[in-house]
Amino acid sequence: MKEKYLINCRIIDPKNNMDEFGGLIIDEKGKIKALGSKVSNENLPKDVEKIDLKKKILIPGLVDMRVFVGEPGYEYKENFRTLSDAALSGGVTSVVSMPNTLPVIDNVSMVDFLKRRGRDKSRINIFPAASLTKNIEGKQMTEFGLLKRKGIAAFTDGVKTVQCPQLMSRIMNFASQSDSLIMQHAEDNILSRGGLINDGEISTRLGLQGIPDLAERIIVERDLEMLEEYFCKYHISQVSSKKTVSIIKKNKEEGKIFTAGVSINNLSLNENDIGEFKTFLKLSPPLRTEDDRLGLIEGINDGTIDVIVSDHKPEDEESKRLTFDKAATGAAGIETLLPLALELFHNDSIKLDKLIASMTANPSKILGINKGNLDIGNDADLCILDIDKPWTVKQSELKSKSKNTPIENRNLQGQVLKTFVKGEIAYERN
Amino acid sequence: MATLKKLKAVKINQNHLLGIQDLSFSDVSLILDESKHFIKLNKSSSKKVDLLTGKTQINLFFEPSTRTQSSFELAGKRLGADVMSMNIINSAIKKGETLIDTAMTLNAMHPDIIVIRHQDSGAPNLLSQKVNCAVINAGDGRREHPTQALLDALTIINRKGKVQGLKIAICGDILHSRVARSNIYLMNMLGAEINVVAPKTLLPHSIEKLGVKVFTDMKKGLEGCDIVMMLRLQHERMQGSFVPSPREYYEYFGLTPDKLSMAKKDALIMHPGPMNRGVEIDTNLADDINRSLIREQVELGVAVRMACLKLFCRKIL
Repeated sequence: MKEKYLINCRIIDPKNNMDEFGGLIIDEKGKIKALGSKVSNENLPKDVEKIDLKKKILIPGLVDMRVFVGEPGYEYKENFRTLSDAALSGGVTSVVSMPNTLPVIDNVSMVDFLKRRGRDKSRINIFPAASLTKNIEGKQMTEFGLLKRKGIAAFTDGVKTVQCPQLMSRIMNFASQSDSLIMQHAEDNILSRGGLINDGEISTRLGLQGIPDLAERIIVERDLEMLEEYFCKYHISQVSSKKTVSIIKKNKEEGKIFTAGVSINNLSLNENDIGEFKTFLKLSPPLRTEDDRLGLIEGINDGTIDVIVSDHKPEDEESKRLTFDKAATGAAGIETLLPLALELFHNDSIKLDKLIASMTANPSKILGINKGNLDIGNDADLCILDIDKPWTVKQSELKSKSKNTPIENRNLQGQVLKTFVKGEIAYERN
Repeated sequence: MATLKKLKAVKINQNHLLGIQDLSFSDVSLILDESKHFIKLNKSSSKKVDLLTGKTQINLFFEPSTRTQSSFELAGKRLGADVMSMNIINSAIKKGETLIDTAMTLNAMHPDIIVIRHQDSGAPNLLSQKVNCAVINAGDGRREHPTQALLDALTIINRKGKVQGLKIAICGDILHSRVARSNIYLMNMLGAEINVVAPKTLLPHSIEKLGVKVFTDMKKGLEGCDIVMMLRLQHERMQGSFVPSPREYYEYFGLTPDKLSMAKKDALIMHPGPMNRGVEIDTNLADDINRSLIREQVELGVAVRMACLKLFCRKIL
């Protein structure tokens, strides 16, 4: 492999506080050799591959902390190959895969399977998460130490919450020994039982049972209280309400150390988008009010919320073409994560560096992985972006095996042009 | 065969009757006007007309129902339609068929109208997207029950001459009630003032945004009302405990002569049925022919459903 000179671009690397025009050199091994304003057309050596990026933006490949793969068990919804294609077309080069598969990722042998499939079938970096409890039953904790040693990046029950306070406190207490990252889906299952969408005027009008935001707050409050007794690496997977944001803010101000994420869906959509029973917008946590959405944006801006995730949950058509009660929960979103996030930049909701940090440097730091940055010597996982390009989301053009996008026909601004993984072009828009 | 006075050819603006929320004031007026003709017909000795001769009506009831299903069946038959009532317990739905597949199967038989009741809110909307005929909602989850609200309006008009300016109290399990929702939309549209009376645990979130005043004290809620609509406690939709006991519920939210005395002297009582006597309504009040419209509601229900079947049966449009 020849050295590659990527020139004539705006480089944004939030980890290194870099935002400058210049270029980036990828060495023969696919690592970042040098970058910055000094890399330009003028000082190009002979016998290298020159890629003129025509003033577009170069950022680290995105790190998506919440992605459902479907393998094993639900290959008809998504497999590693289709996930990888979808991710790359959205500039995502690293993902944390959720353990909600069939069987569940809760033991060491499953990790070997995942790593092998991930390596053979996908071109992105897969960081598998294992479940917090055996078979996601909320009864018996998994082998944190052994699983972590095998390469598990984080522990979560994914779509479920550890309800039992005794078990949760023991998980926190035990997991701290192995310095394992705990990611909680915060939802009190009893308070939200039978719930389908946000509890409010819309749920009353549609006659659908509501999920009160209290169901989220009560788990967040509980866990943060426990964190005081049993300190561990703790992350709230997705926040959906303004009130939860203020609880998190208060606790962070008091000096508690933990992190929180939000789904791009909750940042960009609200309950009104559900319209007349659009099951593609049946999500968990549910879309809430516009006031909540604005509160979440504020949470990103003031650092209360650390990361933005796609919460990519591929569901086949059959499981969505049902009544709202019976339809599957979740939306595909990995390939629209960045373009949809850019909407928040274009409409002056969130600054560009903050937005990119929440999908690169911040998740990497939480996960303790050396991704999502442009450090010299690091794998050249890059995303080249045309930040102004207008386009329309079309189901038929999505690479994901399942087409359950919540933003069909939405006009977006900003598109990924090229994605590099380990110095190689893994995706290029025609 | 009886004959009806020829009416001017008028059209309803909607293809389906999915909910009161979709109807305009003129749609509602048309349905109510049309219903009045059928009231008379239903009282005559020859109740059958040939308005829907050759048309096929399928009743698709996913939930148990006595009055609504028989009312729709009778309405269709009196209009001359071929009426088929599907027995869901013996159908392929029990074998795992989805609603859409059932809809496609039925659609292949070329019905002109499908009447559907379903436990899931929005099921008639989903069905209406997949079939070529008119869909009439006979109750979906807790969302809407449009023909019930229409027959309630007709009953009120029949007795009071109008709905406009009346004060109506809707009392009981509002949370689980599609009847309450449809009535709130309709009575608001027709210009009534609406109070809802319920324990806080049986009130849906933001109900006041639907244009009602909320009372948890029944006596205050009934003050000066012309109509008192009672709702059934819907135990089958309840997950867990909403009220401590039927006894406590009756004490505070059951309709008794004492509480009714707060309403106007000529206030009338309505109930969509089935009633729980001694839980939400005093048994003597329910049977008081001077105050209770409960039997009249059932009677006019057939007329309203005949009007709806006629107006929505697409070939006639």
